[in-house]
Amino acid sequence: MAAPRLAMSGVRKAFGSTEALRGVNISVAPGEVHALIGENGAGKSTLMNVLSGACTPDAGSIELDGSSFRPGNPLHARRAGIAMIHQELTLAPHLTVEQNILLGREYTRWGWIRSARCRDAAASALSRLGRADLPLDVPVGSLSLADRQVVEIARALVGNPTVLVMDEATSSLGPADALRLFRVIEQLKSLGVAIVYISHFLEECQQVCDRYTVLRDGETVASGPMRDATLPELIRLMVGRSVETLYPVADRTPGEVVLDVAGLRGRRAPDEVTFTLRRGEILGIAGLVGAGRTETLRTLFGLDPMLDGRVSVHARPSGGLSPRQRLHQGIGLTSENRKDEGLLLNRSIADNLTLTRFDTVARLGFVSRSRHHAAAQRQIDALGIKAARPSQSVGELSGGNQQKVALGRLLHHDAEILLLDEPTRGIDVASKAEIYSIVSELARRGRAIVFVSSYLPELLGVCDTIGVMHRGRLTAIRPARAWTGHDIMTAALGQSLEQAS
Amino acid sequence: MSEARIAQPLDLRGRFTVAAPMLGLVLVIALFALDPDVRPYFFTWRNCVLILSQTAVIGVGALGMTMIIVSGGIDLSVGSAVALSGVVCATVLTHGAPAAAMGLAILTGAAVGLANGAAIGYLRMVPFIVTLGMMGIARGAAKWLAGNQTVNPPDNAVVALMSTQSDTTGTLAMPLGVWLVLLLAAAIALVMARSVFGRHVYAIGSNEAAARLCGIRVPLVKLWIYSFAGMLFGFAGVLQYARLTQGDPTVAVGLELDVIAAVVLGGASLSGGTGSVPGALIGALIMAVLRNGSNQMGWPNYVQEIIIGAVIILAVGVDRLRPRNDA
Repeated sequence: MAAPRLAMSGVRKAFGSTEALRGVNISVAPGEVHALIGENGAGKSTLMNVLSGACTPDAGSIELDGSSFRPGNPLHARRAGIAMIHQELTLAPHLTVEQNILLGREYTRWGWIRSARCRDAAASALSRLGRADLPLDVPVGSLSLADRQVVEIARALVGNPTVLVMDEATSSLGPADALRLFRVIEQLKSLGVAIVYISHFLEECQQVCDRYTVLRDGETVASGPMRDATLPELIRLMVGRSVETLYPVADRTPGEVVLDVAGLRGRRAPDEVTFTLRRGEILGIAGLVGAGRTETLRTLFGLDPMLDGRVSVHARPSGGLSPRQRLHQGIGLTSENRKDEGLLLNRSIADNLTLTRFDTVARLGFVSRSRHHAAAQRQIDALGIKAARPSQSVGELSGGNQQKVALGRLLHHDAEILLLDEPTRGIDVASKAEIYSIVSELARRGRAIVFVSSYLPELLGVCDTIGVMHRGRLTAIRPARAWTGHDIMTAALGQSLEQAS
Repeated sequence: MSEARIAQPLDLRGRFTVAAPMLGLVLVIALFALDPDVRPYFFTWRNCVLILSQTAVIGVGALGMTMIIVSGGIDLSVGSAVALSGVVCATVLTHGAPAAAMGLAILTGAAVGLANGAAIGYLRMVPFIVTLGMMGIARGAAKWLAGNQTVNPPDNAVVALMSTQSDTTGTLAMPLGVWLVLLLAAAIALVMARSVFGRHVYAIGSNEAAARLCGIRVPLVKLWIYSFAGMLFGFAGVLQYARLTQGDPTVAVGLELDVIAAVVLGGASLSGGTGSVPGALIGALIMAVLRNGSNQMGWPNYVQEIIIGAVIILAVGVDRLRPRNDA
């Protein structure tokens, strides 16, 4: 094997009393794509923050091309040729596409920006990604999520990095952009760039990566060539035990129709969306990012204006109502964006759980502390939320436990119809499995659930029925077993199934 | 792709940011021009010079405040810094040396800004709190230095900065200070639009975490922003002194609010990332024209205050109706 371009060994890092990294080793050769695999909280992000200079390690060494490297800050790391594509997009929404791509590496003369050179550099980075069509002068805030991710990737390509870290770089990309990205990866490999590839999509890692390193609880547990590894084996390494039954066996029979939606139309999406939902049914909605799935849930819940259509809850029809009225009807929503929309991160678990409904824990408008905490404790026990106490702030919990709190709020509210938008986004495999079994159990007990997800295996594994959205429209809904992953993808891309098959 | 096409209408936004305040200014001027009694005097050169002289102090303040607000910060110590610099200027002038007086006044402003910037940048303190504290400190220092009374230096060259004397032909000359403000505005507009420093100021205001990850030395840039703005506030103090011809430690109370209003009227958002120097100057002019016009209409002071307050709310209200780009 060639001498490693990047070698990190014995890296340790503690935050207070929690040890995020307890001796991590990883080594990446020039021209190698190296998958860094692990559950959330395994230490992947911390390790990459150490590499990019965002935090300093307590112990261990980093070598770049054989010479020792200790980045003091992000600027230092960038100058050493380390570029990062962050999972949480790090763009300045008010700046233009060009300004964002060049941010921090502007071409200058005596402090003044050389606009022509900057423009060329930004344009060439975009055209390498096959996206020369993106306008350079538009503020990034007006772009779609997928296009923003393209800008984020383009930024990493500027300045010819020697080490590139891609943290969930494809999470918001459409399939076409993802394919182009894979081609750029091939290109970078041939230039000898060492790529660290982090993704929750193991299938994708298998497709793209040459080698892998698995982290668990801040330690390297395995490392090897990707072609020798199987999916179940990787999952076992990540979780530390095997997850045979990721998806619970459904044992339920849907009852009467509780939600009847006809011709639902919103501003951009949904467009004439019609479906019915039965008691005890889990309806999955698939589709590409931007297809209008989130907008459908938001319109239904009254967060976005409903321009046309009819929504009947328990056979009582109504037009557009406010979220408050929807909650009153027994409808609850969890947002795809836990941090910004879903939870009050710096408030307690108890506050978050009871936010929509204080009447059961208050008397004469004053919250009773004991009832409040008792109510919260019931949900904590029921959902298996790993927390020290009900007064702990939600921001201190892991992603999976935060998601359970978001779900718990609907349960405390006693909502009968649950609208779940990407309920497993960004959480680890073990937590996903728990969410699946919770959702499945809720359906068995008679709750009606709409489950929006971009991850096909979970839709196929959890849902009773599935519909696919494309450009604001919802296809015919079929039983989950009548769909294949291929069919869903075809429908999501807007091709008719008859044509494709 | 389709996403890019959807973004097209928002493309106009860049031009809109200066066009909207400009439209506001034209509307305000047109409003006073409607009155036949006011119109003849309102449009005279004399009145224009008067309006511009009245705008100079707020205008310089708005230049500094633009940088601060674009970076997502705020500075409440402007009025106090102006008073302190004015007193420093007057005190030094009692010993002669006009050049030294101006230089020391500007340095005083810079020192106040440096202290703000250090606390905000390196100690990561909230700008509102730091500058609220500095508001008291600088005001107290001004009163202490002035011995709790006005400082009256003998006749000197600094006063000429803001004197509006008629020349030989009888037309009123534009004070030198106004020209200096315009020159500074052009320079800072260029820095904000074309320099790396300006670009980084916008980036910090738009997304500070992103700026840090892109290798921008955020604390250092903030230190520079507040220090640089402090120099401008110091210069505003010199102009303030030149208008009053005395160093008054109790002057310019609440000036920071006028300055913030000017910047916001000029299209800046208090959450950072947007705003421009031309916009801020137009904002300052809108307020000066409103004051001047109200005076000529014979409206009492309290009516002016109500009108200016309403205009600020109206302007920001109209701004809410514009397309959002970070929804």
